[in-house]
Amino acid sequence: MNRLFALWGTTVGKKVAMAATGIILILFLVSHMISNVLIFRNPEHLDSYAAWLRSLGPALWIARGGLLAAVVVHVIAAYQLTLLARRARPVAYARHEYQVATYASRTMRWGGLLLLVFIIFHILHFTTGTFHPDFRPGEVGRNVVIGFQVTPVAVFYVVVMLFLGLHLSHGIWSAFQTFGLNHPSYNRSRRLLAWGLAILVAGGLATIPAAAILGYLK
Amino acid sequence: MMRLTLRVWRQPGPDARGEFRTYIANGVSEHMSFLEMLDVVNEDLLVRGDEPIAFDHDCREGICGSCALMINGLPHGPKRATTACQLHMRSFRDGDTITVEPWRARAFPVLRDLIVDRSAFDRIIASGGFVSAPTGSAQDANAILVSKDRSDLAMDAAACIGCGACVAACPNGSAILFTSAKVAHLGLLPQGQPERDRRVLGMVRQMDLEEFGGCTLFEECEAACPKEISVENIARMNRDVLRATLRDRGQVPVEVAGG
Repeated sequence: MNRLFALWGTTVGKKVAMAATGIILILFLVSHMISNVLIFRNPEHLDSYAAWLRSLGPALWIARGGLLAAVVVHVIAAYQLTLLARRARPVAYARHEYQVATYASRTMRWGGLLLLVFIIFHILHFTTGTFHPDFRPGEVGRNVVIGFQVTPVAVFYVVVMLFLGLHLSHGIWSAFQTFGLNHPSYNRSRRLLAWGLAILVAGGLATIPAAAILGYLK
Repeated sequence: MMRLTLRVWRQPGPDARGEFRTYIANGVSEHMSFLEMLDVVNEDLLVRGDEPIAFDHDCREGICGSCALMINGLPHGPKRATTACQLHMRSFRDGDTITVEPWRARAFPVLRDLIVDRSAFDRIIASGGFVSAPTGSAQDANAILVSKDRSDLAMDAAACIGCGACVAACPNGSAILFTSAKVAHLGLLPQGQPERDRRVLGMVRQMDLEEFGGCTLFEECEAACPKEISVENIARMNRDVLRATLRDRGQVPVEVAGG
């Protein structure tokens, strides 16, 4: 345990924590995406999937607790690293040019903050129903369809998924680096995996609100 | 001959307030290096009884790492893999306005004008950038074999001149490219193995103590590096940090460590 805390105490260790929790969250997102697109077969499919999740009982709460812990550690490490970065350059340049930094890498912090706000909204929208116009517990498919009929909300979801894609592409690419995996022989595959997973997850999730905006989900 | 407008950061001392001042550089030849151009401007300032612009320089052949100028928002200026002293004025056009600033980092406080104190780098090296050398008669030069690819990688990392361009370019003000180059060039060689775990833990600790920022892989450091040190070294160092975290048994008592 002491070694873990010593590792956490370094900037390198905080990136390790972010990469490890990031992987947990990506695995969740993959399963979330696959289960959500079931809605295109039949909205009731979501209801039975949700019922199955609830039948897991304590296991569901352990999974929820794990995800929450992953988010908390990810956010705390990001917050601390952001403070350290701000502290490291107290006087800004009059002129500073980027040469190679990607748009994805430069939007990690604001994009991550947007994702955090989104996660809270998303839970209040579809889990507790607080922000839902007509929420009925258990009728998940119907709740999604009705929830996305509010166009500004659906547009917000699509925009956030765009940033999720950017966040994942840089996050996955960086996680390899954090775990010490950077080699010319597989960096091309690493780039492909980062973008492939990002587009698959964010794109897959975005299809649902996008379909609602276009009138395909009623 | 070119005529240039320079916006230069002037700061009389570490605690003094600094500001940009504008100078006109007349009669600049395209064959001059950037530092020679500053020399010409300084001669002019001396004649007029003004304080010359203070900047670091030594070898002026791109190998000492002394020169450290942020030129138009880029460390060492616009040319890739080139130090400011090797940057020629033909990289600019007649009539250009050039902004010249010191490296900006908490760990690199400004001493005067464009000169910053980079002794934080020295302290990082002192915290682990060494190998133990056996006493007694010298062994055969070829007694320790090193494969060609490893020696090439170690040499590439050892090319780091410690100029600080990586820190200057990094939006986080991170010194991880420098530190990883120093960790890698010793860690890749057999001679560097005995201290490998303690070296990486010590150097990362010192890097953080100096209040450099963390790495978020913008890769700006690699683009700015006059010696083209690869960010692969950062992955190598991260791997060593994880390995050392698992393996390290703490400080070895001196009695045991002594030969």
